[in-house]
Amino acid sequence: MSKKFSLPDFWKALTIIIILVFAVFLVYPLLSLFLSSFRDPETGGWTFDNFVKFFSRRFYYTALWNSFLVTGCVTVLTVLIGIPMAYFMTSFKIRGKTALEILIIISMMSPAFIGAYSWVLLGGRNGVITKFLSGLFGIQTPSIYGFGGILLVFTLKLYPFIYMYASGALKKIDVSLGEAAESLGCGSVRKVATIIVPLITPTILAGALLVFMNALADFGTPMLIGEGYRTMPVLIYSEFIGEVGGSANFAASMATIMVFITAIMFIGQKHFVNKKSYTMSALRPIQPKEITGLKSIFVHAFLFIIIGLSIIPQLTVIYTSFLNTNQAIFLPGFSLVSYKMIFSNLGSAIRNTYLFGLIAILLIVLLGLFIAYLSVRRRNFFTGIIDSLTMFPYIIPGSVLGITLLLAFNDEPLILSGTAFIIIISLVIRRLPYTLRSSSAILYQISPSIEEASISLGASPVKTFFRITAVMMLPGVLSGAILSWITVINELSSSVILYTAGTRTMSVAVYQEVVRASYGTAAALATILTATTVISLILFYKLTGKKEVNV
Amino acid sequence: MSVAIGIDNVVKRYGNTTIIPGLSLDIKNGEFFTLLGPSGCGKTTLLRMIAGFNSIENGVISFDGNPINAIPANRRNIGMVFQNYAIFPHMTVRENIEYGLKLRKIPKDQIRGRVNEILALVRIGEYQDRLPERLSGGQQQRVALARAIVIHPSVLLMDEPLSNLDAKLRVEMRDVIRNVQRKVGITTVYVTHDQEEALVVSDRIAVMKQGVIQQVGKPQDIYARPTNGFVSTFIGHSNLFTAVVSGPRTVRFANGCSLEVPDLTSGSEGRNVVVAVRPEEFSVQEGAGITAKITGSTFLGKYVNYTLSFPDEVIVPGQPSIEYTQNLGNCEKLFETGQEISLRPNPLKINVLTEDMEQSLIRGVQKYV
Ligand SMILES: Nc1ncnc2c1ncn2[C@@H]1O[C@H](COP(=O)(O)OP(=O)(O)O)[C@@H](O)[C@H]1O
Ligand SMILES: [Mg+2]
Repeated sequence: MSKKFSLPDFWKALTIIIILVFAVFLVYPLLSLFLSSFRDPETGGWTFDNFVKFFSRRFYYTALWNSFLVTGCVTVLTVLIGIPMAYFMTSFKIRGKTALEILIIISMMSPAFIGAYSWVLLGGRNGVITKFLSGLFGIQTPSIYGFGGILLVFTLKLYPFIYMYASGALKKIDVSLGEAAESLGCGSVRKVATIIVPLITPTILAGALLVFMNALADFGTPMLIGEGYRTMPVLIYSEFIGEVGGSANFAASMATIMVFITAIMFIGQKHFVNKKSYTMSALRPIQPKEITGLKSIFVHAFLFIIIGLSIIPQLTVIYTSFLNTNQAIFLPGFSLVSYKMIFSNLGSAIRNTYLFGLIAILLIVLLGLFIAYLSVRRRNFFTGIIDSLTMFPYIIPGSVLGITLLLAFNDEPLILSGTAFIIIISLVIRRLPYTLRSSSAILYQISPSIEEASISLGASPVKTFFRITAVMMLPGVLSGAILSWITVINELSSSVILYTAGTRTMSVAVYQEVVRASYGTAAALATILTATTVISLILFYKLTGKKEVNV
Repeated sequence: MSVAIGIDNVVKRYGNTTIIPGLSLDIKNGEFFTLLGPSGCGKTTLLRMIAGFNSIENGVISFDGNPINAIPANRRNIGMVFQNYAIFPHMTVRENIEYGLKLRKIPKDQIRGRVNEILALVRIGEYQDRLPERLSGGQQQRVALARAIVIHPSVLLMDEPLSNLDAKLRVEMRDVIRNVQRKVGITTVYVTHDQEEALVVSDRIAVMKQGVIQQVGKPQDIYARPTNGFVSTFIGHSNLFTAVVSGPRTVRFANGCSLEVPDLTSGSEGRNVVVAVRPEEFSVQEGAGITAKITGSTFLGKYVNYTLSFPDEVIVPGQPSIEYTQNLGNCEKLFETGQEISLRPNPLKINVLTEDMEQSLIRGVQKYV
């Protein structure tokens, strides 16, 4: 019998390779960032000056305060919208429920900066609504720019996270818990307060953290609609890109501060959820009840208005893309001018998006498959390290990751800046978690005895992995990969730092076109992105047969 | 404090299907009353109507004569033990038990006292500060029971409370439930599909089939004098023989063997009947019984259980098995498989049913006792 690969060698080799990859492309860059935040921009010597500068100048530390303020408000608002929405959708029979759920997911999956941009189209200085109201009634609409605009865009984009988390938690509550409370003498309001709310709280907190992190890290929205309202990602970006005498070291120190904050929040939440989460499964889940009269009108109005508002950006963008336009000026009538323009001028951006995206997804699928297997089936110290390393993308904002990679790889020994490779690396690191999580989840459901059966029948363990385990994991891997894919093609905050003329992607191009006020072409590009997203979502539903997306 | 329950002609429909087509029962104050029937016959449905979780389409349910149809579940003062226990996962054992008392605005020190008392009664004091997910099935069951009775409910309702436990715990918890119920003296409605469990715990049993009560009575009466074929085969085992009433108080089996049955109702001479004989109601009498061939045996220590085959014309077709239980206390000769023996049914114990097995022809057998 010949023995090409014995099992320990294969998995050990894989463990080492994966650790090396993470060490080179994640740990080393993060360390460089951390170290460079303690260096003087001029002399290169060790110093605390960057941090002192940040906390002593109002111009800088207000950005941190601004970030917290807007993010905090967004989190509260999304919770206030998301929980009742989930409660209504699970407890009552809602008209058009399936359609509403799909709209919620579409608004969640499309990038925030597209929302920002179309709210500018609608309510900005030259916006449709602004002009309509002032022209007809002379009404001055409140400015869409600044704090209010960021809040609006983030809230409408992020409440779906809370909605999804809360619905998931509500579905796990068995009706008998509520009935037990009732049989002990509990009325319906107290039932919600003493049983249902405490049971979903840990899940809501996890969702709220996700919202917080997303809002804190987002770069495109405050950039496009924030105007004077500077938040941390904006500040880091402008300091790093350095049009006005910025410094990479100072940007690095701000990035370090951000990572520090997000890491603390992440660890705190993990700690709380671990202590306070209940394993529940519902034999009899809550059944939606018929509602009538005022109650029904109120509930439906609430749902339709919020979901309607959150889908407006997509509709606006699609509509705008078909308008007749001459650069920034919209002409009367419809045409395909914008599409002609993007295909002749920005074809490379479209090609890059799909090309980089596909390569990234391929790597994500492979890594997801292997890492899930290592950390579920072959637990040891080293696979434990890999497991922890895969948590990093949760706490590193996109723009920070961009800076990190750029700082690490624009110098000897490894010069990667300006290449497609560095963009693909950032996409893989940022979007691996979706695939990894769904891969591990499905692996937990596959009994190890299936693998043992295959081995006992004479297949080598490695062969067993590829012939049996990997094949059985495929549905889980692919459903995660589609979510990774959707977020990959819509990625802006790291790409906008890493791109060069040749490696520009669609989302970067949309951003640039908006900045140049070329709204027609921006809309056409964004429409292509949205269409790709919707098609991918449909694929996801078909593939998983599910009606939910696990975020 | 505990009440009698009156169920008067209640109807339950789901859409167009009628699950319970008009059912009446009287449950006495303080008794342990069991609804017994095969799965899907509507036991849970009826129990949840008493609890207030199912609407009542027609008829009246009353507590001590007062109709409760319109009272919502949370005002009925009911203690309910759910099949999956429904322990609140975010509260400790003590908090779970206190929950109903707090809702009743009972002073703190009294709550403490009552909870301590109940913790001791169901023996879970040492787990009082644990979260439920760290309890075993039997312990969760005790918490559920404690939580239900600590509020001093008017009635205690239990829906297959033992079905999630393993065989050994089932027997243990069965006794716990029975003892606690005796001590507290509370009217209890207990649902199960397990006839052995029902016979052990109940004061009275109602046997149900497809939403209709077949018989209500004490466990020993239902076992000894079933009203129809369903009850006689659902509770315990019965061997069914075809026979005719050949004279006053006399039945003759198809092989010619005759028995004088003193409790047979008069006036049924000439009728075809079915005779139901329990496995322990045979005695071996050469020449005076019905000849059977032994096809298998199970040795159970005090008893031996034989499976038999009879000539086709003697028995009702389609029975899962024909059995004879030999008590080794008064007879130590064991039979071999393949051997032929003559078995004579005990005329004082056997039951005689109409040919369709819908009614008993034994004097004094009543559907409702
Ligand atoms: N919510 C419901 N809707 C429709 N049919 C139901 C519902 N609940 C129970 N049933 C039907 O009623 C019958 C009795 O059910 P159930 O009371 O649960 O039986 P048991 O508890 O005796 O096993 C079953 O045929 C079941 O399918
Ligand atoms: Mg049932």
